[in-house]
Amino acid sequence: MRIIVPIKQVPETSAVRLDEQTGTMIREGVEAIVNPLDLYAIELAIQLREQLGGEVVSISMGPPKAATSLREAVAMGCDRGVLLSDKAFAGSDTWATSYVLSEAIRRIGVFDLVICGERATDGDTGQVGPGIAAFLNLPVVTYVAKVDSVDNGTCRVRRRVEDGYELLEASLPVVLTVVKEIANPRLPTLRGKQRAKAGDIPVWDAELLNLQAGQTGLSGSPTRVVKIFKPKLARRCEKLNALDEQGVELAADRCVEFLRERNLL
Amino acid sequence: MTAFQGVWILAEQSAGRVLRISHELLARGRELAQKRGTDLTAVLLGWNVCREDLQELIERGADRVVVMESPVLEHFLVEPAAAALAEIIRQYKPEILIAGATSTGRTLMPYVAVGIHTGLTADCTVLDIEAGTGNLLQTRPTIGGNVLATIKTQNDRPQMATVRPRSTRPAPRDPGRRGEIIRLQPPEDLPPGRIKRLGFVPDQDEHPLADADVAVAVGRGIKKGENIPLVQRLANSLGAALGATRDVVDRGWLSYPHQIGLSGQTITPKLYVGVGVSGSIQHLAGMQTSETIVAVNNDPDAPIFQVADLGIVGDLFEVVPVLTERIKQSRSSS
Repeated sequence: MRIIVPIKQVPETSAVRLDEQTGTMIREGVEAIVNPLDLYAIELAIQLREQLGGEVVSISMGPPKAATSLREAVAMGCDRGVLLSDKAFAGSDTWATSYVLSEAIRRIGVFDLVICGERATDGDTGQVGPGIAAFLNLPVVTYVAKVDSVDNGTCRVRRRVEDGYELLEASLPVVLTVVKEIANPRLPTLRGKQRAKAGDIPVWDAELLNLQAGQTGLSGSPTRVVKIFKPKLARRCEKLNALDEQGVELAADRCVEFLRERNLL
Repeated sequence: MTAFQGVWILAEQSAGRVLRISHELLARGRELAQKRGTDLTAVLLGWNVCREDLQELIERGADRVVVMESPVLEHFLVEPAAAALAEIIRQYKPEILIAGATSTGRTLMPYVAVGIHTGLTADCTVLDIEAGTGNLLQTRPTIGGNVLATIKTQNDRPQMATVRPRSTRPAPRDPGRRGEIIRLQPPEDLPPGRIKRLGFVPDQDEHPLADADVAVAVGRGIKKGENIPLVQRLANSLGAALGATRDVVDRGWLSYPHQIGLSGQTITPKLYVGVGVSGSIQHLAGMQTSETIVAVNNDPDAPIFQVADLGIVGDLFEVVPVLTERIKQSRSSS
């Protein structure tokens, strides 16, 4: 059994600030972490390997420093990591990112499962998992909350939807995207960390992957960000100060009156 | 690119009944079609779909309903659904296609967008038409919901986007409104696909938040999980559903179905009351279209006050008990 886990290195998003003058992100000094939702994908992959044998390969597209995230994946228990890095990948949207990842997966060779986190916490699109499946012409099951079984070339899973769980059976290979319910991600072990430190993270670029020119990065991306901004929030707020006991009483009275005026009580 | 015309929405059905998200998308689609000076089409994949529901799509704003029915389209399975939708797009060439950011929309749309090579923007909060070019301007929260980004698909068509369920009200019904219903034969080679649906386990407990007319949300200002009952009592006094910010859910003080915001649910109640909620963009993305917004927070500069209609600046532990009492009195006297 070979399982491939695409992961993303993301900024610790709550720390990212916007330069209001230029409209660009200030990423300096912001810690880079493994996308928290990808940890669930890694955990599931490791658990399945522990049951079924085989190997777990983690891949990531990003700048050279994204190798640290792959080392973390190895420290958790992935067998190896591959970094997909090239200046030509910079600015890729979900279409171009899915393309690069799918070509890397093809190059790794025969595999049974591709397991992705539901979405990355920075871009929040959740589009890359299904995108990879489409490029590989494979079925995809999104929002997987439980894997019931993997055998005889199929896997049975529970898919979280709005009003319950779908019970699905997919033939392998298949792409899964998983939600938090799937598992509790383990912490890296000391031995894992040592292995990750000693191990090599090969870097694959556009040439090695034999990617078509103009299909990656900004030029290969159908979508383009044209503006980044802080929202202008527009409601006229009637503000009441409730800083002492009397203020609290008055504010509560006014609030009830306000709700009555709007027929909300 | 001029061959691509018209605004389309992806309607959804379950057990042959058209779902509410379809009507919300018609509200979005109508606005775009008007600005673009074009017509509005709803496309629906399913099996044995209720006829009256198709008519209702027209009464809620669709000029045309394109429906493809096949047993393999009864439940959402990505491969046949993607093959059907891609075929319809190739045939009809819509300029814009929007879908709900539902479990179906968020799976089908990226699968199809790759297949037909076009751009897709997830979870848009604002959709607009750019003056001059007529391009679709797709605005969404990004970088963890800290900022908004406006995104364009300049050279590929259709321009595809998903929008959150409940981020708009359903388009109103205009009984007797006329339009065309086109029934398409599924392609003969429509694949059943490599995924089989074995069954369905419905949720036992209901999560009334999405449908609530009144919601009370609690934020990190509550300080401890043990303090949640204070806000629960306020919610009870208003007959409201209880919601929470991501911070509160991440700390395990309330479960995920309570989460309001970009990574949780989007709600549009008549009344939203935020208690100890600062108002991160990620949370605002899930509630700012509420009709009336009331906020209680001790920080006078909290962003929540910028979207609020009424703001109470004060310590929630002092304000909420008094407010709860006053509301109870007011309700029992009326």
